Amino acid sequence: MTTWHIILIASAATLALKLSGHLVPAGFLERERPARIADLLTVALLAALIAVQTLGAGQQIVVDARVPALIVAAALYALRVPFVIVVFVAAAVAAGIRAFT
Amino acid sequence: MDERAEASAAAAVDAARRGAIRDGFAVGIATAAYGISFGALAVAAGLDVWQTCFLSLVMFTGGSQFALVGVLASGGVAAGGSAIATAAMLGIRNVVYGMRMKPVVDAPHDGHRSSLWRTIAAAWITIDESTAVALAQTDDRAARVGFWVTGIVIFIGWNLTTFLGALIGDALGDTSAYGLDAAAAAAFLGLLWPRLKRVQAGAVAVGAAVVATIATPVLMPGLPVLVAALVAVVVGWFDLFSRKRAA
Repeated sequence: MTTWHIILIASAATLALKLSGHLVPAGFLERERPARIADLLTVALLAALIAVQTLGAGQQIVVDARVPALIVAAALYALRVPFVIVVFVAAAVAAGIRAFT
Repeated sequence: MDERAEASAAAAVDAARRGAIRDGFAVGIATAAYGISFGALAVAAGLDVWQTCFLSLVMFTGGSQFALVGVLASGGVAAGGSAIATAAMLGIRNVVYGMRMKPVVDAPHDGHRSSLWRTIAAAWITIDESTAVALAQTDDRAARVGFWVTGIVIFIGWNLTTFLGALIGDALGDTSAYGLDAAAAAAFLGLLWPRLKRVQAGAVAVGAAVVATIATPVLMPGLPVLVAALVAVVVGWFDLFSRKRAA
């Protein structure tokens, strides 16, 4: 599998999902339990991606400059600072720590 | 209805529509701006500029795009299966959005019957933001206007900023010195943050993060994220932690 294969398959899958919402009669996902699971799925996947992106290094768990950067990001989101600025500051914190250690 | 009442009703409809257009542009421009971070991160993960732009044009759903790139960054092409699965699972919420937007888009208005092309276009731009703006409007026509304006503004802006971000990422070269790995984590946190209003969502987030961390040393890169999704299935199925946080 090349990078292009991955991109094409994943794009086709997400596009098909979007279309199915408009074409398939409402039903299954309108029911309470499937709707709740679909909603929580997004939360779980994003949280897991944060964990892996912050602590993972291949198959190892490493605590490094990414952790303080994420803590700063959380504080800024709590203060309602816009997304783009937070992402930029997080990168700057990690880069700064790496430059001075 | 006498003429004055009719005129004031028409004025109210106009005001609602203008409000929807304003909302659409505000949300659209704010969202489009972070296409820059997506473009830069995608190139840092090893994609070329064209692959990065293709994702924004065709996949066009931020969460899935960031996820695909994030998993590829940690596991490379070998983690391709997990990357596809993670992106697709994050796209499931768009099915729910599509079901809610279908009546908004289909409602008969200017004499047009809903065509296949219009349905495809509507599906293409069915994302968090266009759905949220549409649902925030009080009348049907404003909801329709809000949906299209938000979706189209984001589509144009997101693709332009993605291209710009990809060029910046390409020029930066070695990206870990610039802290782009931390930027990716911060980007995921930004997507997650507005979803944490309920105790249940908070519990799922903590649980999934713990599971993914524990699974990282024992599973192939990419799989820990998928295993962590089971937390959502279990909590959602049994409706655990469903008490709302006290306001």
